Amino acid sequence: MITVKLFARIREDLGVGELSLPVADSVRDLRDTLCKERGSRWADALQSPQVIIAVNQQVAALDDLLSDGDEVAFFPPVTGG
Amino acid sequence: MTGTYWDKAAISVQTEDFDPGAELSRLGQAGDCGAVASFIGQVRGDATAATAGVVALELEHYPGMTEGMLAALAEEATARWGLLAATLVHRVGMMAPGERIVFVATAAPHRAAALEACAYLIDRLKTDAPFWKRERRGAEAAWVEARESDDEAAARWG
Repeated sequence: MITVKLFARIREDLGVGELSLPVADSVRDLRDTLCKERGSRWADALQSPQVIIAVNQQVAALDDLLSDGDEVAFFPPVTGG
Repeated sequence: MTGTYWDKAAISVQTEDFDPGAELSRLGQAGDCGAVASFIGQVRGDATAATAGVVALELEHYPGMTEGMLAALAEEATARWGLLAATLVHRVGMMAPGERIVFVATAAPHRAAALEACAYLIDRLKTDAPFWKRERRGAEAAWVEARESDDEAAARWG
């Protein structure tokens, strides 16, 4: 399984902060599955070019490969400090 | 201060306020320390148009990744400027105008290293660490947008 985490505006827009999904080959596959199964609100939120992706708490790219047990996070540009 | 210590760096993400004086004193005791530099960020109040009417700032973070990122930045700064010690504290949760949000402090043998490393750490923290701000004005809450000027400030360090 893959643990998916959503933060800030994305978490709020989609109404969920964490979910579990069957393992996907890549980040792109995982995102495409989420967008297809959950509809246009998810597609709008996750496909924005501004979205930052992290795998196991390291910034990652769409083509990065996934393994069982990975944690994948989607979040907007950061605004701390 | 509570928090985790990664070798020379003290890292903490916490809801409660912190004591800058105590941290500065601690950093000053690092061996061969000749310079301590620090930065404190606070919640802006009604003084500027952009923040007019803000009654509270809410900070969200990505637990785990945040601490890891702060530790990585502290390690980079330590290697680049030969720091003797560094402290990074960031608050999360609800804060009122005037309250402290973030504290960055560095200890080094000489001032240039301490000052530059401190500026580097706050610039990179703002663009790399997964924190998000939301401004509350009465019943309304709005996510703060990322600023290009912050990207430019971080980019100058190469």
